[in-house]
Amino acid sequence: MRPALFAVPLALIAASATAEPRVTTFTLDNGMEGVVIEDNRAPVVTHMVWYRVGAADEPPGQSGIAHFLEHLMFKGTDTIPEGGFSRVVAENGGQDNAFTSRDFTGYFQRIAADRLAIVMEMEADRMRNLRVTERQALTERDVILEERSQVVDNNPGAQFSELMSAALFKHHPYRMPVIGWRAEMETLTREMALDFYERFYAPDNAILVVAGDVDPAEVQELAEMFFGHHEPSGRPREARVQEPPHRAARRIEMRDARVAQPYMLRQYLVPSRVSGDAETAAALTILAEVLGGSGVTSRMGRALQVEQEIAIAVAAFYSGLAVDDTSFGVYAMPADGVAPEALEAAVDAVMAALAAEGPTEAELARARTGVQASEVFAQDSGPGLARRFGAALSVGLTVQDVLDWPDLLKAVTAEDVKAAAALLRTEASVTGWLKPAADTARAEPIREGVEG
Amino acid sequence: MTIRAAIAGLLLAPVAAFAGPSIERVTTPGGLEAWLVEERAIPMVAIEISFAGGASLDPAEEAGAAQFLAAMLEEGAGDLDAVAFSEAAQALGARFGFSASRDSFSVSARVLVENLDESIDLLRLALAEPRFDDAPLARVRAQTIAGIRRGATDPNTQASLAFFAEAFPDDAYGRPVAGFEETVATIDAARLTAAWERHLNRDAAVIGVVGAVDAETLAPLLERLFDALPAAERPALPAVEPALAGGVTVIDLDAPQSTVMFGHAGLLRDDPDFIAAFVMNHILGGGGFSSRLMTEVRQNRGLAYSTYAYLLPLDRAGLTVGGVGTANERVAESISVIRDEWRRMAEDGPTEEELDSAIRFLTGAYALRFDSNAAVARALVGLQRDDLGIDYIARRNDLVAAVTVDDVRQVAARVLDPDALHFVVVGQPEGLADTPIVQ
Repeated sequence: MRPALFAVPLALIAASATAEPRVTTFTLDNGMEGVVIEDNRAPVVTHMVWYRVGAADEPPGQSGIAHFLEHLMFKGTDTIPEGGFSRVVAENGGQDNAFTSRDFTGYFQRIAADRLAIVMEMEADRMRNLRVTERQALTERDVILEERSQVVDNNPGAQFSELMSAALFKHHPYRMPVIGWRAEMETLTREMALDFYERFYAPDNAILVVAGDVDPAEVQELAEMFFGHHEPSGRPREARVQEPPHRAARRIEMRDARVAQPYMLRQYLVPSRVSGDAETAAALTILAEVLGGSGVTSRMGRALQVEQEIAIAVAAFYSGLAVDDTSFGVYAMPADGVAPEALEAAVDAVMAALAAEGPTEAELARARTGVQASEVFAQDSGPGLARRFGAALSVGLTVQDVLDWPDLLKAVTAEDVKAAAALLRTEASVTGWLKPAADTARAEPIREGVEG
Repeated sequence: MTIRAAIAGLLLAPVAAFAGPSIERVTTPGGLEAWLVEERAIPMVAIEISFAGGASLDPAEEAGAAQFLAAMLEEGAGDLDAVAFSEAAQALGARFGFSASRDSFSVSARVLVENLDESIDLLRLALAEPRFDDAPLARVRAQTIAGIRRGATDPNTQASLAFFAEAFPDDAYGRPVAGFEETVATIDAARLTAAWERHLNRDAAVIGVVGAVDAETLAPLLERLFDALPAAERPALPAVEPALAGGVTVIDLDAPQSTVMFGHAGLLRDDPDFIAAFVMNHILGGGGFSSRLMTEVRQNRGLAYSTYAYLLPLDRAGLTVGGVGTANERVAESISVIRDEWRRMAEDGPTEEELDSAIRFLTGAYALRFDSNAAVARALVGLQRDDLGIDYIARRNDLVAAVTVDDVRQVAARVLDPDALHFVVVGQPEGLADTPIVQ
């Protein structure tokens, strides 16, 4: 029976003419959360449904099943024939696609605002009523294997990234590639995908995000009409196995004939915005910006590219949008003739100096202005804002957390950045080098094996 | 509402009307014209500038100069060295981007309205007084060469470079926009100064602005932005015919999947049949999951993750091109399916139903191109470059809706030629023995 619709009343979280997005939230009786971001500049809307399930929630031996299911979600339901979902979206002038990540899976459409009901009804239908035949599943498995070839195996840099994650995470499922290991992908079945679907695709495990030329009250009414009758699963995802203590730095080196320019990547295990506190995540974000964020003005850019002229490119990156402990990354590509060891030592020196001294007031001021400008420019993209809220809520943050984040970033002090730098422990790191295939003429003798 | 009701409603719905944002023509005291959409919802301004010419203006021995110049505009100007310039932009919260393509040199800026004047001054410095200092020049050269080397082992880049080299053996279109290692090595401050004269020609610029600024405020700012740029009448560059012949070029690369680019000659943007060809291409290989190529190659056979076709109307040559990535042992099958679809469209045209779906999509989706200030600014520049008129946005959906099955059939017969399709395959494809293979 259709449950009564007593949704939590609309709550206007933020409404300012210019400085912040106009965001409203609601929660349906069955636990499904809704976020509406108003933007009346063009008569269009971005409609997204996010599930709190990703590759890190897959059963052992089934790497890639979350992403395989994402593909199969386009097949059909009792009322939508094969291929019908995308066809109806297209015939209404809309675009649709989906994505899978470690912590979430999302489905979206961009369409004229007056067609919102059409896509929402279909999205609600496939939340519980997916139909997939054996033949469709087998063909689609070929498609994801080709996707793996195109996106990962045709790109040594992508293969190297996979190996870095597998080396950084010793136990946690973040060690698995989202698309899956090829050998396991080849064994995925329709039944595995549907089991995963039954387990995780339910309203209390989902977030609706609508951004564009809409009235929040009308969006809530539509959500109640289309999603409100789905029964909740009552089963949030389980906690994942966690990393044991990291006590030894690791190194990997991958060589490939397709690599033209060597580069180094180092990753440290650090807290996320969810597994740690938000202030620490904010300090790590500013640390990444000061260390390697904005080209030649960053510490690494200035020291390694401008002053010492030993690097062609540098970067540092951190994204705290993860359920569990995540990674802080440092990247550098040596200039011609620069030994990898020399560049790596110079990177270490820059990091050590920043950890000891902390950032200057000028560096912090530039980072704060950058945060503020990014907030303004973010308003310019409805889909971008929708992704920001969807991703945050999918990993366990709240709308208020998202709105507070810029202020947390701006409040970061030099001492906070020093403390964040101290979290980058060598023992909890992997340093990797991707290099061209060894020149056979100069190949080093093989030291392992039986000596004769 | 049920889905059946939704679909029934859709079938009754007229072709989507879309008036678009209201565009104002702004003329500066010095006679420069810009198109402006005043949009005050967000305290920012997006500025898009396109100078006609691009890499097509670079001599063969200086291939890559336009892109090199674009990179150097962020590397110091006036009395600011590279680091000081970058710090100044960050202090204003201004984001500048410079790039070059086969046909144009582009400037993209997003600035905070509270810093509009100072941001324009800084952008003016970058455009009018770039420094070309030795150290950043050496750094950019090394970055460019590193990029060229990376591209030489990247299958997509290899396929595209080989395709254009075969299509335009004696024209700038046949050379990579990034240049060659040998040509980039020769680009110095003197050549960059000459490139600056060539590319930043205010008489060749079109300008689009969207944001919290009115015409009266904008006009003098634009005048200041452009006042120190060179101006020169320049004869139009000659048109060029693609020299592609049907067949397959194979470039060996050790990878499980072959990366394939294919195509042949196509239409220019001002061709009277262009809109009909655009609708035809959407049915054959347009975006999304519903095209004939996607249905036959991916959905029905699982041959590929992605396959598509698109019209590529360059300023001086028209192309119809496409791509697919497919397992080495299934390349022959994929090529055969694509040729068959090419032939089926050329011979039979579309069905009424396909045309109806395409028109519904293309007219409905047009509004999606105008959903941000930055996107509208890019569109304003595109409309001016293609000389489509300031009222084009409001007229465009009617042009698409007027296309008939006969129009599409005729244009398909005129443009598509399965025997002329040339495929560049990067990988280790199997089963292509019957096809003429180069290399």
